[in-house]
Amino acid sequence: MKKNTVFNIILIALVLGILILMNVFLDNYKVTVINLCGIYIILALSMNLINGFTGLFSLGHAGFMAIGAYTVAILTMPVATKEMNFYMKPMVPFLLNLNMPFIFALISGGLMAALFGFLIGAPVLKLTDDYLAIATLGFSEIIRIVIVNLQSITNGSLGLKGIPKLTINNKPNLLWSWGIAILIIVFMNVLMKGSYGKAFKAIREDEIAARSMGINLFKHKVLSFTIGSFLAGIGGGLLATSLGTIDPTQFKFALTFNILLMVVLGGMGNINGNVVSAIVITIAMEALRFLDEPINLGFTVTSALPGLRMVVFSLILMLVVIFKKDGFVKNTLEKVRGKYAKN
Amino acid sequence: MNKEFLQHMANGISLGSLYALIAIGYTMVYGILRLINFAHGDIFMLGVYLTFYGITYTSIPWYIVFILASVITGFLGVTLERLAYKPLRGSPRITILISAIGASFLLQNAGVLVFGGRPKAFPTPEVFNKVISIGEISVALVNFIIPIVTLILLVILNFFIQKTRTGMAMRALSKDYEAASLMGIDINNTISITFFIGSFLAAVGGIMWGIKYPQLMPHMGVLPGLKCFIAAVIGGIGSISGAVLGGFILGLGEILLIAFLPSLTGYRDAFAFILLIIILLVKPTGLMGEKIAEKV
Repeated sequence: MKKNTVFNIILIALVLGILILMNVFLDNYKVTVINLCGIYIILALSMNLINGFTGLFSLGHAGFMAIGAYTVAILTMPVATKEMNFYMKPMVPFLLNLNMPFIFALISGGLMAALFGFLIGAPVLKLTDDYLAIATLGFSEIIRIVIVNLQSITNGSLGLKGIPKLTINNKPNLLWSWGIAILIIVFMNVLMKGSYGKAFKAIREDEIAARSMGINLFKHKVLSFTIGSFLAGIGGGLLATSLGTIDPTQFKFALTFNILLMVVLGGMGNINGNVVSAIVITIAMEALRFLDEPINLGFTVTSALPGLRMVVFSLILMLVVIFKKDGFVKNTLEKVRGKYAKN
Repeated sequence: MNKEFLQHMANGISLGSLYALIAIGYTMVYGILRLINFAHGDIFMLGVYLTFYGITYTSIPWYIVFILASVITGFLGVTLERLAYKPLRGSPRITILISAIGASFLLQNAGVLVFGGRPKAFPTPEVFNKVISIGEISVALVNFIIPIVTLILLVILNFFIQKTRTGMAMRALSKDYEAASLMGIDINNTISITFFIGSFLAAVGGIMWGIKYPQLMPHMGVLPGLKCFIAAVIGGIGSISGAVLGGFILGLGEILLIAFLPSLTGYRDAFAFILLIIILLVKPTGLMGEKIAEKV
């Protein structure tokens, strides 16, 4: 146990060291992609907590991310930038002058998402399976529609531009997103080893058995959902600062789909698998951008093929679900471990 | 009863009929497989695009294109079931749902790839644009045709479900899947026919949708799809008459909401979701659904 802790601390220090080196030596584009990886790790883990560990099939992630993103954007943007953004309809004066350092804004974004998660979760979590999925999807759409319509707070469909970025040497500062990602990985490991985590898993395996063992279903479900929403809000906030601009169309169901892809490929309820799949898919999404562009086949050049990239990803998702019912990365990781580990 | 109100009613009824036609596909599949066929809205989209290409690029008369496109879409629905859902029969419901979500995204993006992302205009045959007036109200002909076609199809469907052997097999499967399969019902066949009927009706709904709202986009099926699923839930999922009722409630409610509270126009799409959540919390089995006792 103790040996393990020491090993983990060395591993974290090593990762942080590598991140600093990457921050210094890689070019801006690569650092931006690696930064996105960190953010998607957070998002994948937050969905994994709800869907993978507690077995609540929620499709409302994009909504909570939107809340986090908008909170962080509104709280960190300077007054002058806000005034420039809100040219159609002036912003509520109270929010216009509200400004705070990034870390507090980020925590507020998480808390705001958690608040909504709690308010939505308390009534909705009585539902099961696909009813829950469709109700959470509905709530995430409602959140998006409200954001479009609250023009004096969110600037409606025009979105917000000029959100301050966290940079170091004009490159994204990796230590923010990855630092928080590592904190959340540690937190998830601690949480899942503790009694709460065991209760979550028990609910996933068999609700009725869990209830008869004295687990308070409602309390644990709402707790898991609220923590998951908090983390989604944090992830959304980081996404807003890393992109610099947000608008309501970003938070459509497609965003939830991307995260679901990571969770399913990494294995539902598998922390390491999800970290790996979040990194792999984020990089693949960037690397496969060429698929949407004209491809030179040697003898002929195809015309631009927008949509091909997402066709590939949805195919991968379906094939994985159909043929490897247990998560692709998890299986591969286990195979690798079986080959190289002693036991 | 003023003129404006009647006009809105006519509009609402035709929208409600379209919702009802598409909702039937959801409810029939859910009744048998307990699966939200997420890709149903995209099947609807395929039906509209098939019609578009049939009318624009062939010289086949439009009424034959309509029938052909609906039948082909029906077979596409069957193919979808064979490829994406059948291999997963017996797996946890969530797994099949993920496959359905994947299929939905696949069809949408394949649509962007094949049909192009830019909106296209639906080539409405001239007949439908005629404006006819009954008494005080004057409405485009299509708004009268939609409820009539819907009614005819519903009568045929009802006959099929109640009187034929296949219809009986469907009812048996949705009542008790296991027992029905032990009684020698050909499950694969029945499920295929269910998907065919659902997709066929979605395509018919889609064609009339295209005539009413003549703008085609690869993502056009998403929102109607979600709304029609909501309609099915409101009416009580698994019940065909419930789906029709839910479709009408949703269509009329939506039109009347924007007609009488124009300030809420921006929230039009939220209306369906709010209705869904209220129904799920107050009466989760829907208005006409049966209560199913959970066995431990």
